[in-house]
Amino acid sequence: MTSTTRKSPYREGIIDSSPFILLIIPFATLFGVIATEAGLNVVETMAFSIVVIAGAAQFTALQLMQENAPTAIVLISALAVNLRMAMYSASLTPYIGAAPLWQRALCAYVTVDQSYVVGISKFEREPDMSVPARVAYFLGAVTPIVPLWYAFTFIGAVVGTRVPESWALDFAIPIAFLAMIAPMFRTAAHVAAALVAVLVSMLTAGVPYSLGLIIAGLAGMIAGAQTELWLERRGAKV
Amino acid sequence: MIETSTLWTVIIVLGIGSFGLRFVFTGLVGSRAMPDWLLRHLRYTAVAILPALVAPQVVWPVATDGVFDIPRATAAVVTLGVGLVTKNVLMAVLSGALTLYGLLYLLG
Repeated sequence: MTSTTRKSPYREGIIDSSPFILLIIPFATLFGVIATEAGLNVVETMAFSIVVIAGAAQFTALQLMQENAPTAIVLISALAVNLRMAMYSASLTPYIGAAPLWQRALCAYVTVDQSYVVGISKFEREPDMSVPARVAYFLGAVTPIVPLWYAFTFIGAVVGTRVPESWALDFAIPIAFLAMIAPMFRTAAHVAAALVAVLVSMLTAGVPYSLGLIIAGLAGMIAGAQTELWLERRGAKV
Repeated sequence: MIETSTLWTVIIVLGIGSFGLRFVFTGLVGSRAMPDWLLRHLRYTAVAILPALVAPQVVWPVATDGVFDIPRATAAVVTLGVGLVTKNVLMAVLSGALTLYGLLYLLG
């Protein structure tokens, strides 16, 4: 126990999110390549990655702009893809809501799927962490991710070569997330939440603007909460 | 060709909007207590959203134009299984990657 408390939370965050390095490099490079192919110059491509810092939403926006979709539709679609970030924000609030405003703003800017999953699994695992330690850990978790997101967007934009498809790096994302999620299944309520969410995500795959994901997420959260209540009631009776 | 003005509008508005979504609760709620029922739901955000994000990519991978792919599906199952049993992220990633490349090599 003492060995874990002595390690700095910032460094722990870096170590815990380092597996994502492998994932972020091809993904950022691909954005750089696709953006330049769509006619964006290096400054525009970099501004996109630095200002928006959201892979999937950036790809969505770029594709719709290329199809000459109305600007409002581009924005609505890309923001819908990012709607899950509001759910991440809500879920992080009990853990880092007491931090100073500027720290919360900084954490918000760097909230991406990777930093969220690394952070939230740590906060759940170690509920006794202090708020400053949580913020330090979260910022540690983005340290290997965000600078590489910028750097490899740049490299993709300048060099213009993608990672060959035969490397199957498309599947790095599902594998990384599944590996991160697995240790989080501690109770039957977690399992119920995931099963319902997966089932609903398949059924709503055709819903436009990626809203199927939000519907599936909410359905899973309700399933988890209800299972938790049910388990509590059953436990109270015994 | 994408108009420069459209592009910058999208970059700036999307940037502000994305930040707003990320900041809406940590920023506005902050340290105020949230009701129990909401906290109970929020406890399941990660285990609901992330599997829902991944599931369609596992069953209908973009790389195969949405056609079910045995190596990818098997790799997903192995990753999850090893992760559940060992609770070790690195072990799960390595098992999944090994399964994926092994089966791609054998079946491809």
